[in-house]
Amino acid sequence: MEYSEKVMDHFLNPRNVGEIPDPDGSGEFGNPVCGDMTHVYIKVEDGRITDIKFKTFGCGAAIATGSMITELAVGKTLDEALAITRDDVADALDGLPPVKLHCSNLAADALYAAIRDYQAKNKDS
Amino acid sequence: MKRIYLDHAATTAVDREVMQAMVPYFTERFGNASSLHTFGQDANRALASAREGVADALGADVEEIVFTSGGTESDNLALRGSLPGHKGHIITSSIEHPAILKTCRHLERLGCDVTYLPVDADGLVDPGDVESAITSETRLISVMHANNEIGTIQPVSEIGAIASDHGIPFHTDAVQSFGKTEIDVRKMNIDMLSLSSHKIYGPKGVGALYIRKGLKIEPLVYGGGHEMGIRAGTENVSGIVGFAKAVSLACERFESDTAHLVKLRDMLIDGVFGSIDDVFLNGHPTKRLPNNANMRFMFVEGEAMLMHLDIKGIAVSTGSACSSASLDPSHVLLALGISPEDVHGSIRFTHGRENTEEEIKYVLDMLPAIIEKLRAISPLTGK
Ligand SMILES: Cc1ncc(COP(=O)(O)O)c(C=O)c1O
Repeated sequence: MEYSEKVMDHFLNPRNVGEIPDPDGSGEFGNPVCGDMTHVYIKVEDGRITDIKFKTFGCGAAIATGSMITELAVGKTLDEALAITRDDVADALDGLPPVKLHCSNLAADALYAAIRDYQAKNKDS
Repeated sequence: MKRIYLDHAATTAVDREVMQAMVPYFTERFGNASSLHTFGQDANRALASAREGVADALGADVEEIVFTSGGTESDNLALRGSLPGHKGHIITSSIEHPAILKTCRHLERLGCDVTYLPVDADGLVDPGDVESAITSETRLISVMHANNEIGTIQPVSEIGAIASDHGIPFHTDAVQSFGKTEIDVRKMNIDMLSLSSHKIYGPKGVGALYIRKGLKIEPLVYGGGHEMGIRAGTENVSGIVGFAKAVSLACERFESDTAHLVKLRDMLIDGVFGSIDDVFLNGHPTKRLPNNANMRFMFVEGEAMLMHLDIKGIAVSTGSACSSASLDPSHVLLALGISPEDVHGSIRFTHGRENTEEEIKYVLDMLPAIIEKLRAISPLTGK
């Protein structure tokens, strides 16, 4: 598989790996049956993502996108974070091989799921 | 950096002796084997001697060997050549190589019926299932000798005996097994058998189909009547000479090769089991090729393991090289009843003649940290 240097860097040295013990929101996307699945955990303060961690079962691209989404989302407001697209993630990694664009580019969706989880828990605020 | 090739089921490097044997047939001995002059007769003699060598290695006669462009063509010729009218029934297994499975699908579209026999959890076909699947319409039984992904060796002699009792031709794809396990087409009741040169340290793009005398096979390619009229086209003399040399080396080195391969295989499997938890062997524990160690590592994905190994200079494959571009879980591992996520966590190590114990040790040194690292990232770990 031809991966960019950025993908290889995030695959080999993924940033922000792990779980947040008491997250304000958590979400997952993908399906281990298809070979790729990403979990995202967030801490939110004053409408901003102050901490974010991820875990991925999947190929090199799936791990790299998980790592990249944590870098793109940290410090952003929830609206800004919801505006991050799959393409943004792929672009930030200097592109992904065509076969990987669909099946392994799950991180943005896992982030949306985490934000929606936070919003559902904080309906009144 | 050290580079360790553990993907011999995908292809092998051409042996130096094989290469040396081929070289003259590109230049001074370039003749067309059909020509009547000295150049042609020189090529023709080389072809005849190659055919004799391959026939001997299988316990067959020279007129029973048809040279082809490789395993895929041999499989196609055996199946499509047996059912030229596109009527009748084929029995095969659900874990065949795509060269068989896709050909069967094609024949189904043209009007044939195909039974795809299931396998047990170790990948074995039950000969009793073969017998029960036989109908009055059955024209061919095709079950591979050894599987390319998991290395399981099928009871081909028993299946051959059943086929013979019912008067049905029996084909086996021996592309992976040749040179690694005994083959005698007479003793094993085999009517057709596919071989490929590039899996046995020969050149790519050449192979053979053994066709038992008296069996009628319709050609796929028509033309100048080469290869006893079964496969037209000016023979690839240099390739065939190289293939025959690879066959003869495989026979010469059979004892030492297999002993070496078994030692490395068991060292790898035992070493992995001793150092990593939640690992399982795919395929049969004993009825397996001496050079195949296919294992599934729970909670981690194959391509990620492959890439980490590649960075350490170790070349392996996930499932099957041909299907890794599609990213679909392997049909072979699914047929064993392994869950799709565990299929995604499977790695195939296939070592060869030139690999060493030091190389396997190096793999065993590298692997635990890679698995640990990926498991630390995986949300499935410990769930
Ligand atoms: C079992 C089996 N059959 C057939 C083939 C196809 O052989 P070839 O590459 O010579 O066409 C292969 C190789 O991938 C194989 O492993």
